[in-house]
Amino acid sequence: MNTLLEVRDLKMQFGTLQALGGVDLAVSSATFHGLIGPNGSGKSTLLKAIAGAHFPTSGTISFGGREITRATPSERSRLGMSLKFQITAVLRELSVYDNVLLALQAGEGIWSLLHSRTRNALRDEAMHALERFRLAARADELAGALSHGEQQWLEIAMALAPRPKLLLLDEPTGGMSPEERRVTGELLAPIKADCALVIVEHDLDFIRDICDVLTVLDQGRVLDSGTADAIQQSRKVQQVYTRRI
Amino acid sequence: MAGERASTVPEDTRSPGRSKPRPRRVLPIIEWTCLVAALAAPLLLGERPELITLATNILILSLLAISFDLCWGYSGIMSFGQALFFGVAGYVVALVGRDLEFSHAWATLPLAMLVGLLLSFAFAAFLLLGRKTPTVIFVALGTLTGSYAAERLVSGWQYVGAGNGLSAVKLIQIGPYELVEGVGFYFLALGLLLACYLAARYLARSQFGLVLAGMRQNEQRLAFFGYRVQLFKALIFSFAGLIAGLSGALFAYHQGFIGPGSMGPGLSTMAVLYALFGGTGTLVGPVVGTFLIETISYFLADQDAIKQYWPVILGIALLLVVAFKPTGILGFFVSERERIGSYGGLGKRRDSAHAAGLDRNVAELERRR
Repeated sequence: MNTLLEVRDLKMQFGTLQALGGVDLAVSSATFHGLIGPNGSGKSTLLKAIAGAHFPTSGTISFGGREITRATPSERSRLGMSLKFQITAVLRELSVYDNVLLALQAGEGIWSLLHSRTRNALRDEAMHALERFRLAARADELAGALSHGEQQWLEIAMALAPRPKLLLLDEPTGGMSPEERRVTGELLAPIKADCALVIVEHDLDFIRDICDVLTVLDQGRVLDSGTADAIQQSRKVQQVYTRRI
Repeated sequence: MAGERASTVPEDTRSPGRSKPRPRRVLPIIEWTCLVAALAAPLLLGERPELITLATNILILSLLAISFDLCWGYSGIMSFGQALFFGVAGYVVALVGRDLEFSHAWATLPLAMLVGLLLSFAFAAFLLLGRKTPTVIFVALGTLTGSYAAERLVSGWQYVGAGNGLSAVKLIQIGPYELVEGVGFYFLALGLLLACYLAARYLARSQFGLVLAGMRQNEQRLAFFGYRVQLFKALIFSFAGLIAGLSGALFAYHQGFIGPGSMGPGLSTMAVLYALFGGTGTLVGPVVGTFLIETISYFLADQDAIKQYWPVILGIALLLVVAFKPTGILGFFVSERERIGSYGGLGKRRDSAHAAGLDRNVAELERRR
């Protein structure tokens, strides 16, 4: 399995606070990779640095063999990286369908957009993306009218719509009911065939169920990394978690 | 709680074909009413040439208001300098008329549009195309400063008539005819307004328009999709500049005069008010706003009793609308949902064979669950 995303010695300094103190991470294609760790361990900061929301103080990030450490979010997106925000950022005043259309047509040229050349051609794909996340029947409604859990699904559907190679998910099940959480796991499983996943999540059961590899962060450094089982057995990890709890 | 949530999800998917009856669409009615009224106006006003002049003025200023609506109502660019593109284009056609004795519409109107386009693109490159996302205030102050500086510059420049502006602008020529103000000019302005309106409407309702609608709500989200948000803004700003340029040229020809005030913050602010008063983000709103403000000003200014106070009365009326009805006059008739609109053409989809396929898919999902 080839390495899709490689992070080397990544450091991130906010004033006097060192959020990341030299993190290495390698994510293979077709793998679900979980980032876990106590609050303030740097999981979200790492995810944001990968997405391009913050530029790191030092270190490198490469994606598909290209260095992207200082690439803008839209450049990363065009290379095949997709991000779902922690706080839902669906466009509430647009219909559910238009939200997905917006995600799907992002690769189109301006001339094609002006003449709405792909409006009809993308319809099936958009409906398919909505069906996959059980939102097809609500395509016509405003995104703001969806429940919180459904908005999260819509976000994931949008993030997956342009067929990215890597999807970054920041706490996808935040605020969801246990049932919605279970369904989210079910809905995500089939994407592994063509998309790798880096996921930050507080719910350890959820992340253990769906991830192949887990990386544990603590105080801005990688504490341990390995399969879910290996991590569960890891003494270092147990120490950190028991210390915190 | 969990049980409740779980049971509401299938509830909604169980009746996929059921869609709420669509509320009547009001915008097309308003658009057609305006068009019919505009076509009929010369017949009704035939006896009153001064009212034809007023109506022509309204059409010309409507173009300026639409150009502002494209910036603010559609793209979230607070441009306080639309008059700059209007005024510069007006001066250019006036100077071409004076110095080259040339005023054929086929060349001077496209020239005015080109001037508006290039000047606004230069502004956009400076204000919008930086690596960092500019704030609304930065853009508002940038455009306002440009407008103010241009007004001051022209006021002191003898070649362009300084504070007196350029008067006796050569009449616009169409083929062998010279158009003075009157019904002919009215229809020229109406035709051009209609053409610009349709072009702007086409753009706003296209997939490009969907990007603008998304941008207004969450610019950062759009950037994460891979859109070059600032480029979209620069393009729409330039298109708006083109329309403002056309408007300025028509204004100069129609009035036979163009002065420094036509490119300053005063007129720029009027463009903002026309659009806000009528209702931004609708295209027809700015036209309604221009009509109401200009007509009310015209008649109030004529009443001896309130001659002195009409700007105050108008100001208060504008303030009330802008403060209490941010969606403008049209906001009383047009729902928020209709104003934003749908871009995927879902209304058609409901009736198509696709809907049948969709129903099957949803039924299948249901069965699996």
